[in-house]
Amino acid sequence: MSVPVLELRGVTKAYGEAEVLRGIDLAVAEHEAVALIGASGSGKSTLLRCVDLLEEIDDGDVFLDGEVITDPAVDPTAIRRRLGMVFQSFNLFPHMSVLDNVALGPVRAQGVPREQARERGRELLARFGLGGRESEHPDRLSGGQQQRVAIVRALATQPRALLLDEVTSALDPELVGEVLAVIRDLKAEGITMLIATHEMQFARDVADEVCFLHEGRVLERGPAERVLSAPERPETQRFLRRLLEAR
Amino acid sequence: MVVIGGLAAIVVTSPGWENVQETFFSWPEFKRVFPDVLDGFWLDVKMFCVIEVVVLILGLAIALLRISRAPALFPLRLMGAVYTDVLRGVPTILLVFLVGFGVPALELEGLPTGPVVLGGVALSLSYSAYVAEVYRAGIDSIHPSQRSAALALGLTETQALRHVVLPQAVRRVVPPLLNDFVALQKDVALVSVLGVIEAFRVAQIEASANFNYTPLLAAAALYLCVTIPLARIVDRMQRR
Repeated sequence: MSVPVLELRGVTKAYGEAEVLRGIDLAVAEHEAVALIGASGSGKSTLLRCVDLLEEIDDGDVFLDGEVITDPAVDPTAIRRRLGMVFQSFNLFPHMSVLDNVALGPVRAQGVPREQARERGRELLARFGLGGRESEHPDRLSGGQQQRVAIVRALATQPRALLLDEVTSALDPELVGEVLAVIRDLKAEGITMLIATHEMQFARDVADEVCFLHEGRVLERGPAERVLSAPERPETQRFLRRLLEAR
Repeated sequence: MVVIGGLAAIVVTSPGWENVQETFFSWPEFKRVFPDVLDGFWLDVKMFCVIEVVVLILGLAIALLRISRAPALFPLRLMGAVYTDVLRGVPTILLVFLVGFGVPALELEGLPTGPVVLGGVALSLSYSAYVAEVYRAGIDSIHPSQRSAALALGLTETQALRHVVLPQAVRRVVPPLLNDFVALQKDVALVSVLGVIEAFRVAQIEASANFNYTPLLAAAALYLCVTIPLARIVDRMQRR
């Protein structure tokens, strides 16, 4: 089997006394999507932030294309340039136009000439239904549009893998669909993704593998259909039942 | 309006009003000293403009020291904290005295000894400490997720600060910064204690020479000509 794009081995992370991740093993192969499900506070977001080196892990290793990235000798900036991240609350830069948001990474982090980055940014925005909004500021857009801009911003740096942190949780229900549709397209294009999500139907559609996180551990994992339709662990069953009841 | 009118009536009908009118509101005296006071006031304006630029740059530098995270920069962080604590904690007029009379007394080669320069240095020290704290509050008010988003794009810490955090922080602190400008414009008069002949000093000399305080009012009017428009600009920016 070829080397996975992303791999975690025995990753632990604590904030003071609180152990958030207690030994996570995980792999995402090229062109695959892995979905992380689990209750709020189960460690999904922390896991993604650790992979993007926005948090330091306490123990274990994270590999990108077979190379350790959690070694202190590794320059985190160089690693982040190879990954893309989309946040729950968009985190667009409010003082910049949509196009400047998208071009910032390529221009500043990757040294792409400004005009070239803007041209490519325009193409990407148009492809995701955001043509004509380039010069607007993010606060003029709907939540769904803002999150699509954030996805385009992450894609503009042509990342090896995309990390999606509950990208629809901050959206009004009627706007969730347009964002999920974009991610389905990305999956169809073969973009490698690690996705933290509360949307089970979406996980079923998009993910090759689903991992159920519970108190900082992966309690259950397997093909999406199997884990979501016939969970084996009582914790997974309870979690899915609660989600169903909340509907 | 009624209150102001009433107060004015009391003042105007008071037994000493005639004397006051002569010593404070003498029109011929006003006309006589105004050109000299205005000359002095230009020095105030020039000093204000130079000091303001120094303060904006120095204040930002101190603020950046104070927000640095790297453990190796701890001594600089400490220096920044001591700088703001000490210079904000000392009365500005005391600082003007200390720098204005202390530095020349050292008799060191190469150090400036002119009271205008030294007074300017003292005011720059004092105000940069205030402005540094204004900048720092602005930077702290930008949510850390903005920094995360910038880093996630592959920007370095410095780039994230330069392109994402600072532009937003500076926009947010423009009104409090302008507020400090207004205060500085008035405090430039403090350099008069070093013997600098600026508007307040000119007015003071004229006033004691003729036992007539009208020159002081002339100086006050000139200060208001600058500070009131500045205050209106602050109001307008705060409303936005």
